[in-house]
Amino acid sequence: MMVSDWSLWLEWLIKSLVVTLGLLTGFAYLTWYERRALARIQARIGPNRAGPQGLLQPIADAVKLIFKEELVPAKADKMLFFWAPVITMIPSLIIAAVIPWGPAIEMFGRVIRLSIADLNVGVLYLMSIASIAVYGIVLAGWSSNNKYAMLGGLRSSAQMISYELALGLSFATSIILANSMRMLDIVEAQRGLWFVVVQPVGAVIFWIATLAEVNRAPFDMPEAEQELTAGYHAEYSGMKFALFFMAEYQKMIVVSAILAVLYFGGYLGPFVDRFPWLGPIYMIIKIILLLFVMIWVRATWPRIRYDRLMAFGWKILLPLSLAIAFITASGILLAEMSGNPLYFWAIPVVSVLAGLFTVAVIYRELRRKAYGRV
Amino acid sequence: MTINLILFLVLAVIAVATALGMLTSRNAIYSALFLVLNFVTVAVFYLLLGAPFIAMAQITVYAGAIMVLFLFVIMLLGAERLPDSRVLPWQKPLAITLAVVLALESAYLLWTKARPAGNVLPPGDEINTVETLRALGMTLFNDYLLPFEVTSVLLLVAMIGVIVLVRREKGGQKS
Repeated sequence: MMVSDWSLWLEWLIKSLVVTLGLLTGFAYLTWYERRALARIQARIGPNRAGPQGLLQPIADAVKLIFKEELVPAKADKMLFFWAPVITMIPSLIIAAVIPWGPAIEMFGRVIRLSIADLNVGVLYLMSIASIAVYGIVLAGWSSNNKYAMLGGLRSSAQMISYELALGLSFATSIILANSMRMLDIVEAQRGLWFVVVQPVGAVIFWIATLAEVNRAPFDMPEAEQELTAGYHAEYSGMKFALFFMAEYQKMIVVSAILAVLYFGGYLGPFVDRFPWLGPIYMIIKIILLLFVMIWVRATWPRIRYDRLMAFGWKILLPLSLAIAFITASGILLAEMSGNPLYFWAIPVVSVLAGLFTVAVIYRELRRKAYGRV
Repeated sequence: MTINLILFLVLAVIAVATALGMLTSRNAIYSALFLVLNFVTVAVFYLLLGAPFIAMAQITVYAGAIMVLFLFVIMLLGAERLPDSRVLPWQKPLAITLAVVLALESAYLLWTKARPAGNVLPPGDEINTVETLRALGMTLFNDYLLPFEVTSVLLLVAMIGVIVLVRREKGGQKS
């Protein structure tokens, strides 16, 4: 009993260390990846001086940030000013605890599950951590005692609360399809058919809502430099600023992983049953591809105006995600009750039609605004 | 002395301490943050009692959504620092009396009702969450459909009320 207890603790410790260190390294190389990819899209070269292909650039950046002077504004709330970056950082790390990185593998004579915590309320755990993540940014804005920082913090809290609803509903859509809230069950339910095929609109809604949740372009309102200098982290410098930076990029990695699990089949892929260690590799490939889409969006879309951001979240995304959840649930219920799989396949058709209708409404509205008539 | 009891005692101390911190803090932001900690501690209590769904809902709804709105309003109004409070002469004795009555009452109830059962803290694992969720949904939508719908109408009315109150008249100035 004692022995197995100890080895269990050791297993948890090793898994937590691997995930944490993986996220930290992932953050460092995500900055490099983003700068190179952005440069490529904008017909530049990007950082390529430090090391081969600029691969040592993140290390140089880290050294620079560590040795930078740290300033604390005289009238800042010292305690919260210190803790705000930490409070931002913690959710972005612990949210990764429930992500399954692969099927159970056998190693050293014991079965090891490739996720830190296999909660049966995994999706709800994600939701609760996502709703707590806003505190760091709000407190950073308030404790800086700076108007711009404060406005950035308030904007971000309003934005994150608004888009959390659409996010929660697209979580619910995936739960309905998998009939479970456990992340592992959701992945296994996609054996044979990824949920993105059944519910493409749900995946897109999830993607848009998470872009707003992690404050990425085109929803990077809290740090819109033309309006707010640097938003909530205007007063931060040195390592404290680096923590905000790290949190943002780790959140990018984590939400890509969550999207991969919920809609793109997680660790599933060809031959994954015969070679379980292929699971994490498929997962990482999917994450890198999804991250590329995020960078691509940043390179091609301008930031949208704040009132339009809120209008989009409340008047378009929320009703659409409600409709999507309703369509999915009723499709499954009808297919179950009548035994006719045709109803199941009506889900993607009706959802895409609803999505196209929404796009048409937006287009009409924009034309009306531009020309003063329909 | 089981591990559950130790966990419970530690959590109870944290919960009481954060509640006291919320009451005594002179800065509204700190009060709100103490309340967040308190809510999270209560969520851990739910986990201890084997109700992970309620625990996560508690964090999402109370610690997440509602308290963020509280912080939002406190910051927007700039009402962080409380002014020095005027002492109401009758407030202290009344509060002390009520607190003592509450403490005595709960002590009596704990002593008489909770003791014989013995199993105040059931084991927290091996609970099928989706099954309990399904049971929750069935109960809510079959046995308690009318109260549920009435609650939703109430929320809708509150929402419409807020919209009417903050609406700007057409062509008028925002006061």
